[in-house]
Amino acid sequence: MIISIASGKGGTGKTTIAVNLVLSISNDNSYDCQFLDCDVEEPNAAIFLKPNISQARPVSILEPRINFTKCTFCGKCAKACAFNAIAVLKNDIKIFMELCHGCGGCSIACPENAISEVSRDVGVIESGNVGKIEFIQGKLNIGEAITPPIIIREMKKRIKKSGTEESKIKHITIIDAPPGTSCPVVESVKNSDFTILVTEPTPFGLNDLILAVEVLKKLNIPMGVVINRGGKNDNIISDYCQNEKIPILMRIPMDKDIAVAYSKGIPMIQINPKYSDKFKELYYKIENQLQISGEI
Amino acid sequence: MKLCITAQGDNLDAKVDPRFGRSEYFIFVDTETLEFEAIKNPNSDAMGGAGIQSGQLVVEKDPDVLITGNNIGPNAFQILKTTDIVIITGVSGSVKEAIEKYKKGELKPGDYQS
Repeated sequence: MIISIASGKGGTGKTTIAVNLVLSISNDNSYDCQFLDCDVEEPNAAIFLKPNISQARPVSILEPRINFTKCTFCGKCAKACAFNAIAVLKNDIKIFMELCHGCGGCSIACPENAISEVSRDVGVIESGNVGKIEFIQGKLNIGEAITPPIIIREMKKRIKKSGTEESKIKHITIIDAPPGTSCPVVESVKNSDFTILVTEPTPFGLNDLILAVEVLKKLNIPMGVVINRGGKNDNIISDYCQNEKIPILMRIPMDKDIAVAYSKGIPMIQINPKYSDKFKELYYKIENQLQISGEI
Repeated sequence: MKLCITAQGDNLDAKVDPRFGRSEYFIFVDTETLEFEAIKNPNSDAMGGAGIQSGQLVVEKDPDVLITGNNIGPNAFQILKTTDIVIITGVSGSVKEAIEKYKKGELKPGDYQS
């Protein structure tokens, strides 16, 4: 089962929920857990999980190189480029690598076979373990702007498929998604069995939650909401969720002890074990939701 | 002299479009005859790379001078600087006014040419 944790707004507690959830359910020996930090622009789950990293593999994309002895400046490569990264001039070609998605369309379109592709590293995937949890995080190279989905796609190839019927062990993959609603988020949550949307009871939290809900509806992913740093204003979120028939799966109150622990990189379940039960409950609620709707 | 002016409409009464890459139209006009050609910019709604493609479009038409409002973006400038097109920015008002000002010598190129 793949559970992704997303939010519209940044800083609502995605990583907090993802980290505490995986730590809580991995105690159960019938679950084999994986954790993917897909916020490749700013991966931070490692601060809390403190993984042993045992492997680092670069991720690269292919980008075009023009062979000017063959090029006739016909312009077909520029027309083929969906990202407007190529300009063909009278006797020069400018390629804007920061816009290139590495799709290879230009080299297919070139009738003179004048475009070859060379690989360029855009980031790295690091993997290791946190106890028996498999830990995977992506890191984007500095200066890269449009390549996060490529790293995320590579990371997701490592997701373990659910066990066979006979096997008692269940694979659970927790995906910590980036904030927002753009391509990296879509790539992260795509093909999840369920997405937890973490929000805070503020007008900003609600505004961005609505945007995230719209994305998940389009992707047809079942969802539920966790209200973090909750309190007397929770109804901003709960009224909306009631109207939209989105379940509120968990509420975490504004709590100084949680904040202090967070600032030291300590997950809340380690300062207050009762939270571990709450996070297990969160998981069971998701499992129930999916069983009721016949998703699994 | 052939001018290219970024414009919000397809005629000489249109306002100068302050944007280059996402300008609504490019108007290419002959300063002597005032004959002009208005090209609707296919890149005005591009997801990205609008400046690059607009740069290519303008360079293909080979004007002597480009007149626009705001500064040219770095990507578009990479394209334009491969030619000797004179770039004049900071122009507002109608396209017609821009042409008149240019003919009177009131429009001066920016520091781009250095």
